Amino acid sequence: MSYLSHADLGGRDMPGAIVPEAEDDLFHGDWEPRALALVLAMGATGSWNIDASRSARETLPDYERLSYYQIWLAAMEKLMAERGQMQPDEIEAGRMLHPPASVKRVLKAADVPQVLAKGSPTERPATAPARFAVGQQVRTRAAHVDHHTRLPGYTQGKLGRIERINGMHVFADANAQGRGEAPQWLYTVCFDGQALWGDEARPGLTVSIDAWESYLEPANP
Amino acid sequence: MDLRVRALETVLTQKGYIDPAALDALIDTYQTKIGPRNGARVVAKAWSAPAFADWLASDATAAIASLGFTGRQGEHMVAVFNDADQHHMVVCTLCSCYPWPVLGLPPTWYKSAPYRSRAVRDPRGVLADFGVQLPDATAIRVWDSTAELRYLVIPRRPEGAEGWSEEQLADLVTRDSMIGTGLARAPGSAA
Repeated sequence: MSYLSHADLGGRDMPGAIVPEAEDDLFHGDWEPRALALVLAMGATGSWNIDASRSARETLPDYERLSYYQIWLAAMEKLMAERGQMQPDEIEAGRMLHPPASVKRVLKAADVPQVLAKGSPTERPATAPARFAVGQQVRTRAAHVDHHTRLPGYTQGKLGRIERINGMHVFADANAQGRGEAPQWLYTVCFDGQALWGDEARPGLTVSIDAWESYLEPANP
Repeated sequence: MDLRVRALETVLTQKGYIDPAALDALIDTYQTKIGPRNGARVVAKAWSAPAFADWLASDATAAIASLGFTGRQGEHMVAVFNDADQHHMVVCTLCSCYPWPVLGLPPTWYKSAPYRSRAVRDPRGVLADFGVQLPDATAIRVWDSTAELRYLVIPRRPEGAEGWSEEQLADLVTRDSMIGTGLARAPGSAA
């Protein structure tokens, strides 16, 4: 089985214009705020983590045709069906047809402010020294991996340099697959525009990503 | 979509997974409490108080928390400062990562394929779509939010607002200027 993300868009030729929007133009349709809240409330049940959620979204076959809140809903329905929490026939019927599964917790209205204010920090205590130092030249992984990852395609196999060391963080690739948090050092890695786009790049362009340690190798081993 | 979302809400409520009152509270939070005016307060304070700007540069999460803005999708904050030599722009090419506690929900264009694909490759072209043209000599730094660090751009303080209060300054700070697709408004220009 080959894992395919439809969400890895950096540098690709995507049709359409960028349409600026007023600050108070938050939602486009009455269903959008309800969809947002449903997804946040189900996320708060602890049935999946944010990396599993991103993986479910980016692998939707019709990702490119859906609006963002449609993507959120479709991924939530997929995650719930996988966990036996809800089946498609129940959405069609508009009512519960199968017994509920258990969830770890239910978000109550009174708890919303503190749950949002707390969030879900991903930094973990350092358990090993960082492999790379600020200023060091590194090369990013070139190979495709057969699972969720946060190394964008346009930065694969590229020469960059370590700009910041950001502590050890939950490793998205492992967490998305249910393999635990497996924290790794997280680095901010800078690339010169030329290294990414060749002569097309305008002078003075630098792009950075945040990369986990296993995405990187020393440039001059 | 309206019918489908209503059906979902009914089923999830009947199953006991969600509390409809919590949905109302979530929506109210992002409509009235958490939005780009939070970030504008951070920027106005950075413009007014050099010690706060220094704190923001060294530990943005703590400095921003001191104003009461913390949590979901802003757990690990980094502030980046525009100046005459360098302009910063933030994108998430892989999804739609965005600093919610200070900017609220991302605008549609931020989540769209055209922005996510072009920001890292042709940021000057993107800026032109927002009516912004920078001098050729200004370097551009694009931050692709690929992990759980969230970036807030501190735009340049416009000329002509000397002696203004933080409240007055905050009115000059647009959401787009804190993403890096815009500049702070000049005093006297239309909101």
